[in-house]
This record gives sequence, C-alpha cells and structure tokens, in this order.
Amino acid sequence: MSAPAAPGAASAEDLVTLTIDGEQVSVPKGTLIIRAAEMVGTIVPRFCDHPLLDPVGACRQCVVEVEGQPKPVMSCTVPVAEDMVVRTHLTSAMARRGQEGTLELLLVNHPLDCPMCDKGGECPLQDQALAHGANQSRFLDQKRKYEKPVAVSPQVLLDRERCVLCARCTRFSEQISGDPFIELFERGALEQVAIYEDEPYHSYFSGNTIQICPVGALTSTSYRFKARSFDVVTTPSVCDGCSAGCGQTVQSRRGEVQRQLARTNMDVNEAWNCDKGRFSFPHLTHAQRLTTPMERVDGELVPTTWSRALARVADAVRASQDVGPGRTALVSGGRLADEDAHVAARLARTVLGTDLVEHRTRFAPADEAPARAVLLARAGGAPGLTYADVEHAPVIVVAGLDPEEEVPVLHLRLRKAWRQHRARIVVVGPHLGTLDGIAWRRVATAPGAEPAALAALAYGDGEIAAALRGDGAPAVLVGERAGAGSLAAGTRLAEAVGGGVAFVPRRAGDAGGLAAGLAPGLLPGGRLLADAADRAEVEAAWGPLPAHLDGAAPVDGLRGILAAAADGAVDVLLLAGADLARDAQSAALAERALARVAGAGTVVVQDLALTETAARYADVVLPVTATQERDGARTDWEGRAQRFRRAVDAPELAQDDWEAFVQLAAVLGHRLYGSLDAIRAEQEQLGVRAAAHPLPEAASAGSTGAPSGDALLAVVRPLLLDGGTMLAGADDLRATARAATVGVSRADAARLGIVDGADVTVTGAGGATVTLPTAVLPDLVPGAVVLPRTSTEPPVTRLADEDGVVAVTLAPVAVPAEVGA
Amino acid sequence: MTLQAWLTAAGGAVALVLLGWLALTRTVLGRGLAVPLRAMFVKPETASYPEAPRPTAPRFHGRHQLNRYADGLEKCIGCELCAWACPADAIFVQGGDNTEEQRFSPGERYAEDYQINYNRCILCGLCIEACPTRALTMTQEYEIAADSREGLIWTKDMLLVDPPEDGYDTPHTDREVRDRGLNYYGGLAVTPPTRKGGSFAPATAAPLQRAGAVVPRRELPLVPPGTGDAEGEPDGDGGSAGAGDA
Repeated sequence: MSAPAAPGAASAEDLVTLTIDGEQVSVPKGTLIIRAAEMVGTIVPRFCDHPLLDPVGACRQCVVEVEGQPKPVMSCTVPVAEDMVVRTHLTSAMARRGQEGTLELLLVNHPLDCPMCDKGGECPLQDQALAHGANQSRFLDQKRKYEKPVAVSPQVLLDRERCVLCARCTRFSEQISGDPFIELFERGALEQVAIYEDEPYHSYFSGNTIQICPVGALTSTSYRFKARSFDVVTTPSVCDGCSAGCGQTVQSRRGEVQRQLARTNMDVNEAWNCDKGRFSFPHLTHAQRLTTPMERVDGELVPTTWSRALARVADAVRASQDVGPGRTALVSGGRLADEDAHVAARLARTVLGTDLVEHRTRFAPADEAPARAVLLARAGGAPGLTYADVEHAPVIVVAGLDPEEEVPVLHLRLRKAWRQHRARIVVVGPHLGTLDGIAWRRVATAPGAEPAALAALAYGDGEIAAALRGDGAPAVLVGERAGAGSLAAGTRLAEAVGGGVAFVPRRAGDAGGLAAGLAPGLLPGGRLLADAADRAEVEAAWGPLPAHLDGAAPVDGLRGILAAAADGAVDVLLLAGADLARDAQSAALAERALARVAGAGTVVVQDLALTETAARYADVVLPVTATQERDGARTDWEGRAQRFRRAVDAPELAQDDWEAFVQLAAVLGHRLYGSLDAIRAEQEQLGVRAAAHPLPEAASAGSTGAPSGDALLAVVRPLLLDGGTMLAGADDLRATARAATVGVSRADAARLGIVDGADVTVTGAGGATVTLPTAVLPDLVPGAVVLPRTSTEPPVTRLADEDGVVAVTLAPVAVPAEVGA
Repeated sequence: MTLQAWLTAAGGAVALVLLGWLALTRTVLGRGLAVPLRAMFVKPETASYPEAPRPTAPRFHGRHQLNRYADGLEKCIGCELCAWACPADAIFVQGGDNTEEQRFSPGERYAEDYQINYNRCILCGLCIEACPTRALTMTQEYEIAADSREGLIWTKDMLLVDPPEDGYDTPHTDREVRDRGLNYYGGLAVTPPTRKGGSFAPATAAPLQRAGAVVPRRELPLVPPGTGDAEGEPDGDGGSAGAGDA
C-alpha cells in the first residue's frame, strides 16, 4: 500500500494502459485510478486522499465507474489495471450520482457555519460541494451537535461538527510524524476525532494536520478569525527555524504576518513543516523587537541614528587598528543569510583585518570546520547528500544528532525511510534521543567518543558492518554533538562503504556561514587561509588580504575568540545575531569576555531583538530585518541554497545585515557591494574550491575527557521549542514545548537514589545550579546525563566550565518533611 | 356712459391685451419675460433642501448600518463576506473571538473592527446581499459627505445601530445570553460555544461528551424545531429537542 512510484521512473514494460473518459493513458503499474485521472486532467473530488498518505477510502467521495464492475469504485484505493475502462463523473451518470449522494450525506451533519469558519474560502468541502454536489439537501432534522471548539493542543482547535471523518489528521500523525496522539474514537454517527484522555496533542508537527484538514474541523489558535484567504498576501519563502530549509508560504495582511504554511517542495520538506517553522512568527512584532539603533551613553542604551551608531563603531575600529592588527572579532549566530555571511567574511578579513570570525555559538571541535570545507568542495557547490539519498539509503548512521529536536523535517524523512523500506538506522552516541522508536541498532559511546565508534563501524563481521557493506548507498549523518574528529571519521566510513555523508547543523545560517568562510582559518568556498593558491583566488575578488593573516595559526573557534577577548586581546566585538551571554556554550567564558570588551572596548550587537547580550553589554545596538522582511538566500544542511523574498515590511529603521556590514565598511573607507545581486555575482564567481583539500587527520580525543570524581558528563541537547529569541511571543507554540528534564541513566539513578520524575538539583561548574525533574533513560550510557540547552532559567550554558564542558553533580531535592510524611 | 365710450374703452382694452400678447409672444424681450410670469402660476419643482428634505424612493440604497438582535447582541459575526463581495474593496472587517466574559454576537466569531470607506463605496448593495445574518443593511440616509477623506471612513461605532429599548449595548456576558435563551438564527444551527475562563476548554476536560452524549442537553436552545419562535423559554425537559439523529 505504499505510495505509487513517480511517473517517469518506470520503464515501458511497467506501464499500464487504460481508458479514462474515452481517453487512453499509460501510467506506471500500481498507480491509483485517481492519480491516473489527474494525468489526463480530470480531478475526481476527494477528501481523504492525500498523495503522501496511504490510501484509506474513508470519505467515499471519489466514486467512479469501472466497466465490468457492478458497483461504483473508490478511485483513491484501486490501482489501475491493463485495459481498464474508467468513467468519471464527466461521462458516467452513476459516478455523478454517487458523488452527489456522498456529498449530501457528508453535509447531513456538517453545521454549514462557513461564514464564521476559518476554512471558509479555501475549503475543499465548500469547493467540491459547489462543483460536484446537488443543490438541495433532503435532510430536515436536527444536526448532530458537539461542544465546539475543543483544544486538542494549545495551538490546534477541533470542531467535531465540521469533521467529515476523512482520517487525514490521524493518518498523518500515525504514518508521517509518528506521534499518534490524535485518533478516531467511537462508532457510527458518533465517530469522532479525539485525543487520549490525559494527553494533549503535543506533537512537533501538529500544524500539518490543520493544513491538510479538508474541512474546518482543525483550525489554528494563532490564526483564529484573523483573516480570510482573499485578504492575505501570499509570499513564497524559506523557513529560518533550522537547517532543514523547508519551503514556506508567508501570508500577511496589512503588513503583518498572519500565518505561515508549509510550501510543497518534494526535494526538501515534501508537503510538511514543523510547528516551530509554522507558528514562530510572532517574534517579528514582539515588544522585544529592536526598531531603532541605540548606543550606550552613561551606562544606558538610548536611541540614536544609524550614522552616529556606525561612526561610533568605526571610531572604535580605527582606535583598535592603531593599537595593533587583528584586535577586532566578528561572531554571527545561526540567523544570517548566505549573502550576509559572505559580506561579514569579507568585512572581517579585508576591512577589519582579523581572522577572529565565527558563525557558531557552540564550541565546535577544531577539525569540524576544515572537514566541512572539504565536504563542501567535494560536492562542488551542489547539494552533497540529499533528503532523497537519506530516504533511499538502506542503512543510515546518525551520530551526535537528534533530528526531531534539531532538524525536524529530516526526522520525517528518516521515519519515511524506516516506514517504507525499513531503513536500518544506526545511532552512534550516548543515547538514542527521539530516534528510539525507529532505530535499528545503537552503538553506545561516551559523550564525545563517537569518532572511534564511527571508524570501527564498517569493519569486522558484525551485523552493522554487514548491513553497511550490503546493497545500496548508506547515508552517514553527523551532528553538532559528535566529538572531535567525528565528521572525518564519518566521511571515511562513507567512503569505505560507498555511501554519502553530511554534516547536519542545527541553525539555518550554519551551512551558509561555513560556505562563506566565517570561521577561523577559512575562506569562502571551502578554501583555507593557510593555502597560498586559495588566498590568491580570494584576493582576486576581494583585493589583498592583510599580511598579518598569513601563516597565523587559526584560533580555536568561538572558545579561542572569547579567550582572547577575556585576555584583553580584542577591542571591538561585532555580534550579528549572536546572543553570547545566553547561547555561547560556556556562559562563564562569554560573560568574562563580554565584560572585558564592554569595559575596555566596544561591543556591537546587530540583532532582531534586545537580547540579554545587547541589554547588558552592548555599546551600540543595530536593528536588522528578519527573513520575512527581506530578500536573501539560505543554504540548508544538504548544501541546497534557496532564495526567499520579502513578505512584509520591516520596522522603518531596520536594515538587512549585509547592508549594515556594507555601511560600516563604507564609513571605514571601503566600498564593498552595492546590491544583493553584486554579492550573489561574487559568490557565483568565487564558487567553491576546484579540488578539495585532504581531510584533516583524526585528532586525538578532545577536551571531553572523563570528569573527576562523581561528576557526570552532560550531553547538552537543544530542544526544538525552548527559550530562543525567535520563539518570543509565540505563546501557544511554547505551550506545547516538551518538558525540560535531566536525563539520567538507570545505573546512575540507582546509584544516586533518584527516581523517575523527581526533581533534582543539577550543579555545574562554579556552583551554578538548575533544578529539573528527572527522566530515567534506559538508553543512556552510565556516566552521562542529558540536559536541555536553553529551556531552563538560567540556561544550562551557565553550568559549563570555560571549555564548554558541562560536568554536573546531581542531588535529589529534599522533599519537605510534612509532605513526605 | 354712452355706448360709444364703452366701445372705445373695450377697443382700447382689447388693443392693450393684443399688444401685450404680441409683445410677450412675438418679441425677444417679451418671450423672455413670459417665462417667470408663467412660472408664477406653476407648482415649484425645487426642494427646499436641507430645510425640508424629501423622502427617497422606497428601495433607495443609502449608507449602511449594522443591526442588532432584540437583546442588543450584534448580528454581525465578522465573516467578511461583505468585504469579499464588495466590488470596490470598500469594506474592512477584522474578526474576533467571543469570550465568556465578552460576547458581542451569537456564536464564536464577531467583528472586532468594521469599517466602510465611502470614498470607495458605490452603494451597489452587493454587500448586503452577501450578508448571511442580515447584520448589514442599507438605510435610506444619503448625507454622508465629509470634508476629509478620513471623514468618509465609517467605523463600527458609527455604523452600529443603537441598542433597542429592551436591549443592552455589547459586550454581554455568556451567562446573560444563555439565560435569555433566545434562538438567534431561527433554527438550531448554532448555539453559543461553551468556553471556560476565556481560554479553550481542553478536550480532556470533557470525556463524557466524547463517550456518548452527542450534545449535553443544557447546551441546546430549548425550542423544538419547527416552532420558529425566537422566544423559547428554558422550561421543558428538552425531550422534544433531544439529539434524535444520532
């Protein structure tokens, strides 16, 4: 019952020829009649049928007549056969009467409150009742009544009166997202969609059920009564929530985003997206949004003008350059578009004259960026491993990545591969995370010890090695939390078994930042600063690079930059979308660095919102535009660059990040780019390095050594819905966030006397504590705990030592005596 | 007086009249003067506007109004069908969500904002045809001139009629509306939603509804179908209005 093969994929002998309404058509074997009819241009009305869901035949709307069959046939469940003669409603009175009758029955209990229904105007039931229904209903009695609406989750409302029981939502949650919190209950006229007694429909993908509901039974809380389909302006866009690169539709009214929908892109997100991408837009108009440049005068941030703000930054940069070269640093978060990152890289190297650049707020292993640069150059600017490769891979190795929390749409592809052909998913790392339902085998390692396990996977005669060496190209996905050397090890593993490999970062701007060379020692297109030929290619486009960048050993990523800043070696710190005080892997080191630079130098923050870093440390704050408010492009984890267009206007004084960079350069006497097209032309011209550098040698295990004493090493995993800046204002969305817990292994829980669900105090470096409920995880290796990254207050980054390592001790919270007694 | 004098006088009079008639009909000046003279004896065509405005034709399309039910609830449910129908794009509606504490209209939805831009409106009446609740009708009032463009944009408070004598201005509370037991739509199509504390009641809070009772009886307006009277009293046991179609 799997979905039919794509047309064109089949060879001639796999084609079946049939007649539909007197027209001959040849379609691949196994195609459903309803799809074959689409190919000759006939749309048979349907409610339950969805091309990405299994056929079910629940709504009985798609009746057609098949010659030789005495009864009408449901075209959405019957595959074509050779010489079949199909007559649709266009030529068959039986089909037409059947469809009219079904519609009349579907409308018997439908409340027809279309004027107040959010689906009104874009409702398949409305459209098809008009196109295929009889005009009159013979039903005169009272319609079935239910309480309406009920909230199946804080962001999905259910109106059971409107439901036509097509089971699209329940099939989506069972087949696609795999969290069956929503199901059909009862029988007969009482059959209805409902949720389990005590569990609301808290799925990361619940918004899709709203979008595929063919009636107004499932509606969105955030879009409730806000607009009609005819008064929104629709703009195609690309989601900036994570590195998945989902196509998105932004709908706005009067210059404000009203809702966002998944836009079908079968290469990337198919027709789905996650709730974060769908519902996280309120941050655009949140009270914390920056609308004007600000500068710090006498300790207070006061509104100022762009020219004064930029002049102040430029003065600080000149003063720093008078002290010595390379005393400025530029750190971007994961928000920047590709063009922004490219301009930032050029600004840093040629105008500021520094190699202290970074695009990640985590302390990445030193070999990660060079290894990714190698993969980038090998792919030659095209997507490397793609979603389709993952879907068709017989074996998928996942290391240091929790796709549902980090790149949710990739999780849907993994599930699809698992569901359709039982792809064997091998999880390498300290725990399974959300892959526990679909993983085939698990290779348990201590946190950070993934590379050795990856390197050993293909060898020996274990079942994993045998599976990897079997037919088909395996896929290796390496995530952010895999230890030093994992990507190189994963790449060698993929080479050894003839598969593909990809690094899957979490943030949307990560891949673009890397491609722009926004990391120490890197240049655009997978080039290295230390390589003379690479430098020459870049200098041809950028002009000469400062001599002092020659031969200098690159610093150790953000950790190195912050350490230099804390030691007073940085005068000007430019932060573009990086809230280091909260998001840097070690809050302790970040605060020391920020305090030092804010005291003796200048901290410049350009961001969407007044972050903690901006409020506490920034000397100059610059407002910038968000994805929905500008043109640009982003590269997803595959390496697929996708452009997005402006959907709404930004606050009046906000500028694109690249414009802010270009203007700063102009104040400093450098003319960089005049337009987005100029940047894109240069990106095109530079391309990627023709021949990839060799993979970096396997580094010795990083700083993730065993912690001393009874401390436990934490795996700090970001949850999809946490305290992030771009979730501000999306209260309904955040209400569905998974509870922050501290995951403890069974052995450690037994040793420490912690029971599942009990609150524990987690104490990290410097005595900082967080109190969280425990989740005893049977799949976690002993000696490790799993912590959410920014779901708590204070964030777990405060528990990290200055190397970013979170080694914690757990203590059960004492239960007050009277309660315990 | 002699006959001759009479004849002379009569002849003079006839000559005068003849001359006058000739002057008024045959000379340019006279024909001009004849017009006001004639008009003195004709009923005037001009209206003494604005002192005594004339009634309009019975089906004249004047400016709009938003109507209310007898208890003061607004008929408008903010559905935007009027705005959709409008060929001049003159209507702006922003829907809103009735809450337990603040109910403006029957059902779930009401018009949070409603504006008609008479710069654009061509008074064609397609909007009132589209209105599903007869909330929007057109009055015969045509005095909608203003001295600015902004002044021609009529907002909801200007369009909404005053509450009727026995009614109250909106918002009402849900309880008040329920206690009245009015049947707003002349059928049993829509009842006011049950909502708790201003936010949506989770489905888990109502397991019984799911388990069998198609609709809790107390939620139904207790008017048997077909009686058509909007004044049903919540007195009976509801047997006749039972959820019989299950």
